Amino acid sequence: MPSRRSPFINAIAAARSYYRNLGDTASAVVIWALIGALFVWALIGETEALVIGIVTGSVFALGAIGLTLIYGILKFAHFAHGDAMMLSAYLAFFFLTGTVVGERTDTQPLHWSLNDLPGAAEPLMGFSFGYGLLLSMAVAAVAMAIVLVVLDRLIYRPLRRRGSGIVIFAIASLAVAISLRSVILMFWGPSPRFYVRGIRPTTDLPFDIRVVTDQFFIFAAAIILAALVYAILFRTKLGKAMRAMSDNADLALVSGINTERVVTWTWAIGGTLVAIAGVLLALQSQLKPELGFVLLLPLFASTILGGIGSPQGAFAGGMIVGISQEVAVTFGFLSPGYKFSVAVVILIVILLVRPRGLFGAQQR
Amino acid sequence: MSIVLQATGIVAGYGEVEILHGVSLSVQEGEMVAVIGPNGAGKSTLLKTIFGLLPVREGTVLLRGEDVTNQPPDRIVTKGMSFVPQTENVFPSLSVNENLEMGAFIRRDGLRERLERAYDLFPDLTARRGDRAGQLSGGQRQMLALARALMLDPDVLLLDEPSASLSPKMVDSLFEKIGEINRTGTAILLVEQNAREALAKSQQAYVLAMGENRLEGKAADLLDNEEVAKLYLGSDLNDA
Repeated sequence: MPSRRSPFINAIAAARSYYRNLGDTASAVVIWALIGALFVWALIGETEALVIGIVTGSVFALGAIGLTLIYGILKFAHFAHGDAMMLSAYLAFFFLTGTVVGERTDTQPLHWSLNDLPGAAEPLMGFSFGYGLLLSMAVAAVAMAIVLVVLDRLIYRPLRRRGSGIVIFAIASLAVAISLRSVILMFWGPSPRFYVRGIRPTTDLPFDIRVVTDQFFIFAAAIILAALVYAILFRTKLGKAMRAMSDNADLALVSGINTERVVTWTWAIGGTLVAIAGVLLALQSQLKPELGFVLLLPLFASTILGGIGSPQGAFAGGMIVGISQEVAVTFGFLSPGYKFSVAVVILIVILLVRPRGLFGAQQR
Repeated sequence: MSIVLQATGIVAGYGEVEILHGVSLSVQEGEMVAVIGPNGAGKSTLLKTIFGLLPVREGTVLLRGEDVTNQPPDRIVTKGMSFVPQTENVFPSLSVNENLEMGAFIRRDGLRERLERAYDLFPDLTARRGDRAGQLSGGQRQMLALARALMLDPDVLLLDEPSASLSPKMVDSLFEKIGEINRTGTAILLVEQNAREALAKSQQAYVLAMGENRLEGKAADLLDNEEVAKLYLGSDLNDA
């Protein structure tokens, strides 16, 4: 209570908080200036890399939004997020083509698949895929939402009831991550797979920029989903309850909010986002079982850069990490194999300079 | 008058530690009841236990005669009891208006009327309805916390040390507000360090010590009681 302290101590406290705020503002200004510089430079010198970066960033952004929501509500780092993303991509692959391996041979699909629907494989509006992929993506999103809710019931909720610490949750989600990856290997094997084979249609933009048409779809999907999440969080009762619970779970309970139901919805929303992100990622590159684990790093870098618990931050963070990564590779800093090290550098720098991230709440 | 809230022989605590060893109290309809006692007497624990935030190990809690022992808080809220915690009792990143909406979360209808009533009762909040609750002053936060708890028009309101960490001037206007709420018919169970003020405003009072009932009676009588005066009303040092 400030009134009971001596004026001298109050003066020191005031000065300290003044300089802390100054440092805080300065770190934000420097980071935003760097980001601005990167963007302008990429726009002028590395336009193609910028486009790919925005596409990669879209995928990171969707994954990071889910990660940050789960952290906000449940207060733990969901290490299975990358593998959940990849498993969703494989689920969509399964619904699309009916292909599994294991006992069956690789080339012998099941007797049904969404691509067998009439005209489902016909390319839509200049994209490389037909409505079969959109349907598969939707089904995979529902499936992953259910998978994450069931995993919560089976694993995380019992831990929650027991009052387990953050380390227990982290290890449990790591175990889930390994299990999900094993499921991929069991059903679809280790070799890379593609939704669509063959050359992809491109679109020419002004200034001699050529873009794979699918990339418009990826970016648009990310923007629409991010806007939807924003609308849910700020316009609906459920979303407000999610933000309330993220602020103070005990008070949410005291207010009469059914916090378990909020948790369920959080997993469902996170699962939907991560599933669509996975399909978009596989559409842009390919399906590889170990890709999910590799993705964890840029996902966490995006989340922390944006400020953990902040969905707007996660979106911005995802874009920034995606663009930096691609630009660094094209510029020749790095061979493409080391691409993900950019995320490590960003992660370390942000933790040192500004741990609360770009949009995160100030620690008190 | 009928009894709104009755707690009988409550035993509760944290983990291995037992803090309440069989505390009983009752609140009549529309009455204001103070619970006072030294630090560590178990006053806050008692409120949390009654409200379902801590397990009741022994004893019963009756709300309007219905057994609500060990029911979760989100169920208890629906039955006409609200709780204002001592600290962190608003959602800092939500706007004032959203905080109030969360108070009425379990109701689907009548939000507009409830909001209007809240702003009528706390006019200071009206101008700040769009601001984040984290930007409010300490006094305004307490008002918002009260308003949030009143959104469901509870029969009984549990207040955990509402005056803690407020300036003396704020304490006066806060107690005035609490009195106003009480006069509209809401029963209040008030835990306070600020014993003199709490006794002056209440009709009934309980003194807790070491997790047990020590004294009980009319608040005015306890204010004159020698033991109470010596132990809890004496100097500022005892209050702190």
